[in-house]
Amino acid sequence: MIRRPALLFLFLLPVAALAKDSCLECHTAMESAPALKFPKDVHPRRGFSCADCHGGDRNADDPEAAMSKAKGFRGKIARTAVPQLCAHCHSDANLMHKYMPQQRVDQYELYQTSVHGKRLAAGDGSVANCVDCHSVHDIREVKDPQSPVHPLRLPETCARCHADAGHMAKYKIPTNQFEEYRKSVHWAALAQRGDLSAPSCASCHGNHGATPPQVSSVAAVCGNCHALIEELYSKSPHQPAFAAMGAAGCVTCHGSHGVLMPSPAMLVGDKSVCVQCHDAGSAGGKAAVEMAASINGLSAALKNSDQVLRRAASSGMEVSEAMLRQQEAQATLVKARVAVHAFRVAAVGQLAQAGLAAAAETRRAGEDALKERDYRRMGLAVALLAILATIAGLWLALRAIERNPQAPAEAGRR
Amino acid sequence: MEGIKTNTGGLGGWLEERLGLSAMREFLAHKTVPVHSATMWYYFGGITLFLFVIQVLTGILLLLYYRPTATEAYESVQFIMTRVQFGWLVRSIHSWSANLMIFTAFVHMFSVVFLRSYRRPREVTWLSGMALLGLALGFGFSGYLLPWNTISYFATKVGTDMAASLPGIGPALARFLRGGEDVGGATLTRFFGFHVAVLPGLATVLLLVHLALVQKHGISSPPWVERKFRAQGGKTPQMPFFPNFFLREMMAWYAALGVLGSLAAIFPWELGEKADPFVSAPAGIRPEWYFLAPFYTLKLIPSRVLFLEGELLGLLGFGLLAVFWILLPFWATNRQGMERTRLVTGAGVALLAYLATFSLLGYFK
Amino acid sequence: MITERRNLIRTLLGGGFTASLVAFLYPVIRFMNPPQVSEASVNEVPGGKVQDLKPNSGKIVKFGSRPVLLVRLNQTEWRAFSAVCTHLNCTVQYQEQRRQIWCACHNGFYDLNGNVVSGPPPKALEEYLARVRGDEVVISRRA
Repeated sequence: MIRRPALLFLFLLPVAALAKDSCLECHTAMESAPALKFPKDVHPRRGFSCADCHGGDRNADDPEAAMSKAKGFRGKIARTAVPQLCAHCHSDANLMHKYMPQQRVDQYELYQTSVHGKRLAAGDGSVANCVDCHSVHDIREVKDPQSPVHPLRLPETCARCHADAGHMAKYKIPTNQFEEYRKSVHWAALAQRGDLSAPSCASCHGNHGATPPQVSSVAAVCGNCHALIEELYSKSPHQPAFAAMGAAGCVTCHGSHGVLMPSPAMLVGDKSVCVQCHDAGSAGGKAAVEMAASINGLSAALKNSDQVLRRAASSGMEVSEAMLRQQEAQATLVKARVAVHAFRVAAVGQLAQAGLAAAAETRRAGEDALKERDYRRMGLAVALLAILATIAGLWLALRAIERNPQAPAEAGRR
Repeated sequence: MEGIKTNTGGLGGWLEERLGLSAMREFLAHKTVPVHSATMWYYFGGITLFLFVIQVLTGILLLLYYRPTATEAYESVQFIMTRVQFGWLVRSIHSWSANLMIFTAFVHMFSVVFLRSYRRPREVTWLSGMALLGLALGFGFSGYLLPWNTISYFATKVGTDMAASLPGIGPALARFLRGGEDVGGATLTRFFGFHVAVLPGLATVLLLVHLALVQKHGISSPPWVERKFRAQGGKTPQMPFFPNFFLREMMAWYAALGVLGSLAAIFPWELGEKADPFVSAPAGIRPEWYFLAPFYTLKLIPSRVLFLEGELLGLLGFGLLAVFWILLPFWATNRQGMERTRLVTGAGVALLAYLATFSLLGYFK
Repeated sequence: MITERRNLIRTLLGGGFTASLVAFLYPVIRFMNPPQVSEASVNEVPGGKVQDLKPNSGKIVKFGSRPVLLVRLNQTEWRAFSAVCTHLNCTVQYQEQRRQIWCACHNGFYDLNGNVVSGPPPKALEEYLARVRGDEVVISRRA
């Protein structure tokens, strides 16, 4: 008698895993694709089953009873009905916090502000809904590398539609973003270096509330990571000028998706972006030339001192301290390039001067090391001369002794 | 040379009465060296001794600045290389001379084998020489750790791991060598003690024995040279040690000095990076060249051979080979007193070929 | 002739020997003479005088081959961290207004325990020990 509660307890323990799920049982036996994928999904781990989305009765073995309309069975969910269905749980704070206390519950709210959400509400079924990005029946956590919305896979997921010319034809927006993005430094950081903090589509466009940033807010979006540069830009003459023209900050010069590694070639030369607005003779044109000259000058000086240091190091001289100083000098080059965004020659010039001083220091250290090396070799030559002279003397003494065996052994011996 | 005059007057006489050096001068005056086509090999023992003296002198100089703790060793060597006047020279000479000394020691050993200088009554000279070779390798192994850079740290780790795999005594031996369970600061202090006190003490004693025996028995001539001259009814031609061989030896020593100085000035020994036990071993880690042959052999042995672990089999093999080689004078002659010349030559050539080939393979692979 | 020969030998031997002796002894004697900076600094680096750094400010100090950020929180508390950002190795700096450590390159922030607060850095800054000795601050590695 006392044992029954204990037995019940045993049954209650593995509730989630062992609770009856007739939907999954039958459909797995039928080898239908959704059922076969479902064990990988996060939902069954927390005790949810097919019926929680599709309706019906998971405890009934009889198909008619299990899939009866009376029990709320809906069958296949219409594309336009998907977000509301997911939101039924995922926007319910009390429910979600039973499973994950810190889980956000505003995804549907954000989705409704997005272009996708607005068009879906207007009845367009071909825009993205929850399952297009998160997949369905095998939904994984975002941090799972196999999830389609894991940072490393997100761009491909967006590209499924946004790079498909046929699909996007009716919306009349370009489809080259993914192709461009893959040339960018951000993609390189993400895909090649595995830096998960590198921006992808959602970082700038938002994920659930995906909307392209307005022209006036592009610089602020980039400034989330490139804060110092945005600060410089916002105090520079370009900011009011671009605002007046209705041009977006940052992307006007750097591009939006295909952001490449910047270089002084953007200032002058045939790849220059400045000439697109500024004539060569104008104040802006001249400033561009001067800034490029400062940066290129510093870059050349650093390369030069680097070469000297390397030559010294490869001849065995100890130049580790100078190499450290060289690293600091390289940092000033980075700072000078950043200072371009103030669009004032003096800002770049000052930093370039500091860098040039450091480069001169390190070059001198390298040259001193080379001089020391030459001094050592000179010393070696002198020592070798002394040694050779002694060997010659010894040899001559030996010859003298052995030529005259009767001669006293003192001949030539010290 | 006629009899050496014994000093009776002045300073010479005063020293003579107290130190009795004339006996030694008398002895040295009569010391001779055989002259034949292979005489040049006689220089290598002396060069090894010369390089050892250089090691002691440069080692003492380095002791003025080196600090044997894990936190300071690398920095003190860096200090010597960058701040101390001619520190780069003293340190580079010490490192180069170490390598050259081990090389000349091996040359000396092989010349003794092929010129058959190990024969009776020079067996103890051979044994003391083998002990000295072992000490030289011990000097090399212990000294290699002292700069405390990445290469030396991992080379010591691999070396002591091999010791640990010996049956029975292995773990205890490794613990003794390392001063603990892992290679660390305790190992460094211990190796330093071995390198500057224990090994030099043992080496000094053995050197004195070795040199005394060489003086006692004189320098041996190869049997074929002796046979040739006996057939002609005479003895092997000799040259006086003083001044003839001595002058030649001085030329050789000076040449060695020139080579050392050039190597030190043109190829200064590198500093490397400070050892970090938490970083994984860099790819392609390997010991210094004189340990390459056994190292590469161990790499080739499969991890299990019958019931034995491969590495253990390799180490036991080396042990057996070493014992066999040390006892060379005793199996080089058969019961009837006949020289097993072909066996010895064969063994010598085989060992030389093995060491040379596997060292090269170990270096390039 | 023989005398000339003998003199040549004497000169070569004597001169060569003396010269080689000098070439040998000169470096040895200079080696034994201790250099100006008599020790290699290893585990401890001076961080400057106490009064040189105001409360709620920071400065970069070289520790061996790496930069270290020394922060004075208030009159009595000091902290020191590796100044190498764990994201892409830029040098971090102290931000007084937020009382946090900031990396200018991609806007990463660390708190005063070295932990990442926001931005791309993947892990915390290594902490060093900063102690006041007399009127000097001394930075050393944590044991």
